[in-house]
Amino acid sequence: MKFRAKIVDTACLNHFTRVSSMIAKLAKTCTLRISPDKLNFVLSDKVANGGVSMWCELEQENFFSEFQMEGVSAENNEIYLELTSENLSRALKTAQNARTLKIKLTNKHFPCLTVSIELQLSVSSSSRVVTHDIPVKVIPRKLWKDLQEPTIPDADVSIYLPVLKTMKSVVEKMKNISNHLIIEANLNGELNLKIETELVCVTTHFKDLGNPPLASENASQDRNSEQMAEVHIDIRKLLQFLAGQQVNPTKATCIS
Amino acid sequence: MKCLVTGSNVKVLGKAVHSLSRIGDELYLEPLEDGLSLRTVNSSRSAYACFLFAPLFFQQYQVATPGQDQLRCKILMKSFLSVFRSLAMLEKTVEKCCISLNDRSSRLVVQLHCKYGVRKTHNLSFQDCESLQAVFDPALCPHVLRAPARVLVEAVQPFPPALAEVTLGIGRGRRVILRSYQEEEADSAIKAMVTEMSIGEEDFQQLQAQEGVAITFCLKEFRGLLSFAESANLSLSIHFDAPGRPAIFAIEDSLLDGHFVLATLSELDSHPQTLHAQEEPQRPEPRLPAHSTPHLDLDDFAADDMDSYMIAMETSLGSEGSRALPSTSLLPGLQHPCSSSPHSEEEDDDMEPSTVPGTPPPKKFRSLFFGSILAPAHSPQGPSPVLAEDSEGEG
Repeated sequence: MKFRAKIVDTACLNHFTRVSSMIAKLAKTCTLRISPDKLNFVLSDKVANGGVSMWCELEQENFFSEFQMEGVSAENNEIYLELTSENLSRALKTAQNARTLKIKLTNKHFPCLTVSIELQLSVSSSSRVVTHDIPVKVIPRKLWKDLQEPTIPDADVSIYLPVLKTMKSVVEKMKNISNHLIIEANLNGELNLKIETELVCVTTHFKDLGNPPLASENASQDRNSEQMAEVHIDIRKLLQFLAGQQVNPTKATCIS
Repeated sequence: MKCLVTGSNVKVLGKAVHSLSRIGDELYLEPLEDGLSLRTVNSSRSAYACFLFAPLFFQQYQVATPGQDQLRCKILMKSFLSVFRSLAMLEKTVEKCCISLNDRSSRLVVQLHCKYGVRKTHNLSFQDCESLQAVFDPALCPHVLRAPARVLVEAVQPFPPALAEVTLGIGRGRRVILRSYQEEEADSAIKAMVTEMSIGEEDFQQLQAQEGVAITFCLKEFRGLLSFAESANLSLSIHFDAPGRPAIFAIEDSLLDGHFVLATLSELDSHPQTLHAQEEPQRPEPRLPAHSTPHLDLDDFAADDMDSYMIAMETSLGSEGSRALPSTSLLPGLQHPCSSSPHSEEEDDDMEPSTVPGTPPPKKFRSLFFGSILAPAHSPQGPSPVLAEDSEGEG
């Protein structure tokens, strides 16, 4: 098993750093899946019990100038590693003014992801090298099936979210009043965030959000576009997701 | 005793007190002919810090009023720090600071003369004490490193603020290497991330040490002096010797100098004692947190001399005006004749039993600088054998 990659572009490096910070905020431990053209961050938890599961995919060539990997075997050309997400995020944060960043899978008495950063802080300073050895656990093949891309079930309604920052500040205020949030959305681009308690009921309405084209046309034809689909979710989990967002998405979709 | 500090020096004094507060809980204040000395030591005596402000630092400096005995006093660090707590406030509003000793009411009076006619007077109670002096001499240390504070600040920047200990040494190509030091816990399934920073020789104003030498010391305590040096824009020199011997961190300029003496981890390896006959006796029993079991083999250590691992301290009443840098004294440990089996009798385990936060407990020292890490006794845990191998070397 081998892995070796290099980033030389500052913008790519910053973007990668932001992605890893976002992952660090969402999950303490996560799985990194390395395949020939993608890098995935996966967190799978018992969704049935209200756990959070996450799947993040990066096209390798958008970030790395060099990328070589050799998986477990020829038929299974992938590597699954478990690591503490904060370690990766912290290591990348030290690469603020880096000339190059290299990531390698190494074995220093235990398997590590070694992040090696070359810094040149000013013309007069010497070139500095910062190395971080992040301990990882290699995940055996038999557990790979639990870490596959989740299938998104057929949705009743799919809607583009409003600016996440706005949504975050609304939800944050609501968290003090109730533990559960009701999200209602319809195919008319309307989204409501609602909390209900014995004493008070607060709703925030968003209008004119777009709806992504639905996969199955049959479902949408039957549905009244004004009719709201609703879900109840745990406010803290939603807030954790919103708080972690550092990468400005072009689209954020909510599906229910 | 009466000292008057004015202008921007007030903030400098405040910053020094902040630095000292990172080390100990009590401040020893002693007006000397050479200047005002502020000293502290941590409770386990593994760190000592001292700032000496020359008479020129003050607008007015009076060591003792005629007829008054020379004063040495000990104040609670918290009390003294509270006067200088807000550095921003000191800079913006304080015009003068007057420190005087009021014999009659036995209070140390710190008076801040601020803008707009505001005057803040702090009456701090103190205790008479003996003079606190550590016995150390930078000139005796064979290895020296000197760099502008900025370089060292950049050097420690990649390390997490919570990191307790760091190893500093000279690696291949005369590069200065700082590496996070992790205690080896055999039962810990979660290994910690290891960070290493390597800086070229050219960033240092002085580098007098061979490749392979290294010491491990408490980073948190070092940061105290480093932040002062950075704000005063001074160079910091590090004088060190073999592992186990205290390392001396020094800054100086025309108006003040500062010394932090920190104990370093001693080398605990399996070589027979004869190879290190000249070395100071090893540190005794490790002070580990209660839940982990000590796994060091204490039978290897013949010495249990409590003083040897502490920075040698002298508390003498009679040392008039002498600075804490006597030129010839050595650490007591070294003065004992080195027989082939140093200190064969074992003294009782009369150690301070409690764990002291911020004090590095003695642990195995790993020789890192040529890429070898002394193998931990255990193999990595996991359901399958480790398949990862080193990706091919440097491109």
